[in-house]
Amino acid sequence: MSVTVKEKNASAEVKNLIDKSVSLNPAVISIRKEALEAFQKLGLPDKKAEEYRHTPITSLLQRDFDYDALLSKPSDLDPKEYFIPSVKGNIIVLINGVYSSAHSSVISPADEVHITNLSEALAGGDTMALEHFAKYADVKSDAFTAWNTASWNHGVFIRIPENAIVQTPILIYHIHDARAGQVMSASRNLFVIGRHSEVTIIEKFDSAGLSHHFSNTVTEAVVSENAHLELYSIQNDAGSRYQVGLTHIHQAGSSLVNTFTFTLNGKLIRNNLQLSLDGEGIESHMFGLYLITDDTVADNHTTVDHRKPNSFSNEIYKGIMDGNSKGVFNGKIYVRPQAQKTNAFQSNKNILLSDKATVNTKPQLEIWADDVKCSHGCTTGQLDSEALFYLQTRGINKETARAMMLYAFAIEVLNNVKHAELKTYIDQLVSERLHTNF
Amino acid sequence: MSKDNQVLEELTSKEYEHGWTSDLETDSAPKGLSEDIIRFISTKKNEPEWLLDWRLDAYRQWSKLKEPTWPNISYPAINYQDLIYYSAPKQKAKPKNLEDIDPELIKTFEKLGISLTEQKRLTGIAVDAVIDSVSVATTYKDTLAELGIIFCSFSEAVQEHPELVKKYMGSVVPVNDNYFAALNAAVFTDGSFCYIPKGVRCPMELSTYFRINAANTGQFERTLIVADEGSYVSYLEGCTAPMRDENQLHAAVVEIYAMKDAQVKYSTVQNWYPGDKNGKGGIYNFVTKRGLCFGDGSKISWTQVETGSAITWKYPSCILKGNNSMGEFYSVAVTNNYQQADTGSKMIHIGNNTKSRIVSKGISAGHSQNSYRGQVKIMKRAENARNFSQCDSLLMGDQCGAHTFPYIDVENKSARVEHEATTSKIGEDQIFYCLQRGIDEESAVALIVNGYAKEVLNQLPMEFAVEAQKLLALTLEGSVG
Repeated sequence: MSVTVKEKNASAEVKNLIDKSVSLNPAVISIRKEALEAFQKLGLPDKKAEEYRHTPITSLLQRDFDYDALLSKPSDLDPKEYFIPSVKGNIIVLINGVYSSAHSSVISPADEVHITNLSEALAGGDTMALEHFAKYADVKSDAFTAWNTASWNHGVFIRIPENAIVQTPILIYHIHDARAGQVMSASRNLFVIGRHSEVTIIEKFDSAGLSHHFSNTVTEAVVSENAHLELYSIQNDAGSRYQVGLTHIHQAGSSLVNTFTFTLNGKLIRNNLQLSLDGEGIESHMFGLYLITDDTVADNHTTVDHRKPNSFSNEIYKGIMDGNSKGVFNGKIYVRPQAQKTNAFQSNKNILLSDKATVNTKPQLEIWADDVKCSHGCTTGQLDSEALFYLQTRGINKETARAMMLYAFAIEVLNNVKHAELKTYIDQLVSERLHTNF
Repeated sequence: MSKDNQVLEELTSKEYEHGWTSDLETDSAPKGLSEDIIRFISTKKNEPEWLLDWRLDAYRQWSKLKEPTWPNISYPAINYQDLIYYSAPKQKAKPKNLEDIDPELIKTFEKLGISLTEQKRLTGIAVDAVIDSVSVATTYKDTLAELGIIFCSFSEAVQEHPELVKKYMGSVVPVNDNYFAALNAAVFTDGSFCYIPKGVRCPMELSTYFRINAANTGQFERTLIVADEGSYVSYLEGCTAPMRDENQLHAAVVEIYAMKDAQVKYSTVQNWYPGDKNGKGGIYNFVTKRGLCFGDGSKISWTQVETGSAITWKYPSCILKGNNSMGEFYSVAVTNNYQQADTGSKMIHIGNNTKSRIVSKGISAGHSQNSYRGQVKIMKRAENARNFSQCDSLLMGDQCGAHTFPYIDVENKSARVEHEATTSKIGEDQIFYCLQRGIDEESAVALIVNGYAKEVLNQLPMEFAVEAQKLLALTLEGSVG
């Protein structure tokens, strides 16, 4: 079956998909139905929708995407070439949104890490999965979240028990096989991190083939008291990727979360990152780097919701736009009335390298508590010609000087990557890209 | 009881100072809005045919528009058919001088502290006083006329300078610009018109006091300022309104047209009735203010101190079309009790080397909600555009909210755009320091707030700055402690 995503027929298609989707626990089926209703009510966002003002997602999605690919024809793709060679760890592979046990391997001991396909976990009545599934991602506010919730089939369920320090990172490879035709996938992940535990999760998005492909993912992460999550997202798909991804992280008291989003390639990448700080003494850092050129649209929408007192959040997003590319940033900080003594900071800096590149940024503060310190800053500019000249006088050619300066701009984000091998890998990725494409 | 306490008691129990109703006979239109009412207004004002057509066109466009729902404010729906769109103080003949004016009117102004006679003698400000909708007195007109400056009521300008009005009216804010601007274009009753000829520097500050008076009347003024090549004018607008229980609608339009090298400075102190401490009553203030820097090297500067109104919806903007043109926006917005303000600025950079600066200071207290909403847009062809925006919020009390919605859209790589915003409360250490020095808490707060808003207050002309400082202190009385 081929699906054309259009405003009018999308809901009928989604309904179709629900009927075909893996039958699950009755509780899950009612969640799907609710999500479908929400989707029908919302419809795909048009140009006037505030949240998608600068992102022409609906018009870009009007192509024939083959939704059946994920169910009917298993791909014979070898995912190994997309692996990060230097980073060893637990490997999970999803090809066209289908959980591939054959390519996945979990090396951590079972009492430290528990990983399965989310649909199996729910069907098998896993209490943790049932307790947290669809509790955080709001289907009523976003059509894509509703669509995913209504029609997802596969995804990763990670459960870390209490008091487990997981040394080996968990790598999730999302690969689209777009060699034969246009692929569409909707995968759904749930991470539950127990109290006093620590884990690093790395998600990487790639594709084979030249056709257009679309992925609509939703990830919910629950971080319990005193737990620590490092979450990386590496978006460097040179294919024609269209992607909408929601990551909602729910933090309990004294937990620590660091998120990293690197967008280096793709046609249209929309990242919705939501953090709810539902406890005291929480610390959250969000780092983002988008280096884009050609026709890429990179859109980061982040929300930090301070619900309880005494927490700290910090956000740094940096972007370099060249070619016809377009960078969009929207950072919301909510401080609820009871969230006194909140400290929240946000900064968004952009460099435009070409006359056709654009940037639309909207940092947004909504504050209902008085005893807070909140600030945001945002800048847009180009490379400082004097600094460039200085480097040239030192015998460095213009291209290298430019790349050096751009690298220096990006380093504020790169330096925060904790995992050593991963840091080297991303570092290389970024500097190669700065030398070749910009 | 000590004397201090007495003073404090007096201050905290103070109700809106400018609240009273003067007993003027009014000449009103029936309630409601229709093409007939517009014809009635037009006939009443003895307007030419083209203006009536313009109004009717605006009315038809307005009927198709929807009231905006995006602002961060909430209020009960306004019944536009339940308002009176025309109300004029009854006068037998046009006054030639101050003695001809209804003594009741003079008294009203005296209570406000802007007695026309006093003003005329002491401050040298030409006041075009507006009570309800008709301009009743224009002073210093002769002095200005010598320089070729036209400063008169809008209705007068329509009669005497139709060619200027026709050319520039709607050129900056088109009739269908937004819901409230269209409504204003359809039913506006009066306002001020100002034309500064080529190369003339206006020797005094031009000023208009707006007053809302009769119950249930919306006030729809229209101000048009045209600054010809190389001219300069500083324009003051001040607002106070008597206390009312019923909400009153105020939808004004201000247009500024600046030609080559012209400079216009527009300052506002807005003190409409904000409602009582339970959020009852107050003015709904929906204002469209926009300046067009049409010529190269022109400059438009907006300064506003917003302390009143139950609802403020106002975004003074600059369209920087000419090369090297400059736009500025300085604002202090204070909300207390149940006031809601959604205000900010728009800077649209079209020409090369255009510069803009936004400084916005929000102060929220009580149960109020204060939002900054602004846009900085650098168009594709605007080379070397420069913008700096700063919007700070100060929170007093844990029931209020401060929000910022800045939109920054850059389409040219040579642009340098910076935006920063902070939100915090008055530091306990700052208050403690003042207490140590023998300054009581109330004065300490006033002191700190004045310091916080100083950057904006400094932009105001002297007399205005003093009034604004007083207003700030008055509005925040009793909000700390």
